[in-house]
Amino acid sequence: MNAHYTATAKALHWVIAVLIFGMLGLGFYMTGLDLSPTKLQLFSWHKWAGVTVFVLVVVRLAWRVTHRPPALPDHMPALERLAAHAGHHLLYVLMFAIPLTGWLMSSAKGFQTVWFGVLPIPDLLAKDKAVGDLLQTVHLSLNVVLIAALLGHVGAALKHHFIDRDDVMTRMLPRRRR
Amino acid sequence: MKRTALALLATLALATSAAHAVEYNQVQVDKSQIAFGFQQMGVSMDGSFKKFSSQLRFDPAAPQAATASIEVELASVDTGSAEGDGEVARKTWFNTKDFPAARFQSSAVKALGGNRYEVAGTLTIKGTSKDVIVPATFTPQGNTGVFEGSLTIQRGDFSIGEGAWKAFDIVANDVVIKFRITAAAK
Repeated sequence: MNAHYTATAKALHWVIAVLIFGMLGLGFYMTGLDLSPTKLQLFSWHKWAGVTVFVLVVVRLAWRVTHRPPALPDHMPALERLAAHAGHHLLYVLMFAIPLTGWLMSSAKGFQTVWFGVLPIPDLLAKDKAVGDLLQTVHLSLNVVLIAALLGHVGAALKHHFIDRDDVMTRMLPRRRR
Repeated sequence: MKRTALALLATLALATSAAHAVEYNQVQVDKSQIAFGFQQMGVSMDGSFKKFSSQLRFDPAAPQAATASIEVELASVDTGSAEGDGEVARKTWFNTKDFPAARFQSSAVKALGGNRYEVAGTLTIKGTSKDVIVPATFTPQGNTGVFEGSLTIQRGDFSIGEGAWKAFDIVANDVVIKFRITAAAK
């Protein structure tokens, strides 16, 4: 029985997962720093990583809509299925919305995003302090929602593995060699 | 007959005003700007100074006799963020407590032809003075004239950004100062 996700889907999932956890830590750490060259450097890296996540999420969504993921196990009640689908939809929305609000916030605050210091991302918004502050609040709030969603995501995966003892978690892991 | 007399009078008036030197010397601060730009990790940043004063005398017929001075209140800097404004006022940047103003005093003005000029002078920031040559243009607009130009300086020459900021990998050394001074003729 081949219930695994495709290798591409797994790679995208784990690369994005690592980036998101790094970005969350970096984001909360850097915003608390006093202004210093290090702070400016970390902000730049955070923005570069954010653009990278966004690009990967676009690829991932394209892959997702063209490749049907393995079905949920039969034993799951309707409510759990609904929660699983809602949770995954929410994660996709957040993976788009969070980098977008970060980029828009940067524009509104007057700090253009230049990917890896080389590729300038156009400013969609003009510099405007009020808009910048609002987007900062939105960016932070969405991240709080993301943390909650990730806790649910990881919690559900562990529940599937240790309590339901099904393959929902393992099918996203690298295949074991026989 | 009357019409001819009027035309004559008008011609005379024009001729007189052309011969009479027009000196632009009333700086209109509200129509003037002093801004700057620099690179921060490859990102173009800009800012401006909200408070400055300037005295200048400029007669297009005798540019070599022109003089200009500008005094910029460094604490009025607008870097685009409150955090940045507070930072650059500190000792490692402008040290506005000990050096509240930056000054430019012209020493010689050379006409380059057309509306282009070269203004030599001394720029003093944070206790360091350097001779600079500022390219500028002059555009008359009715009774006022607009002086525009830019000058690239190296912030390291003036110890702007010391300590942790001394390296130029995050905040570049080159800073472009852009000005637009509007002055009315008296």
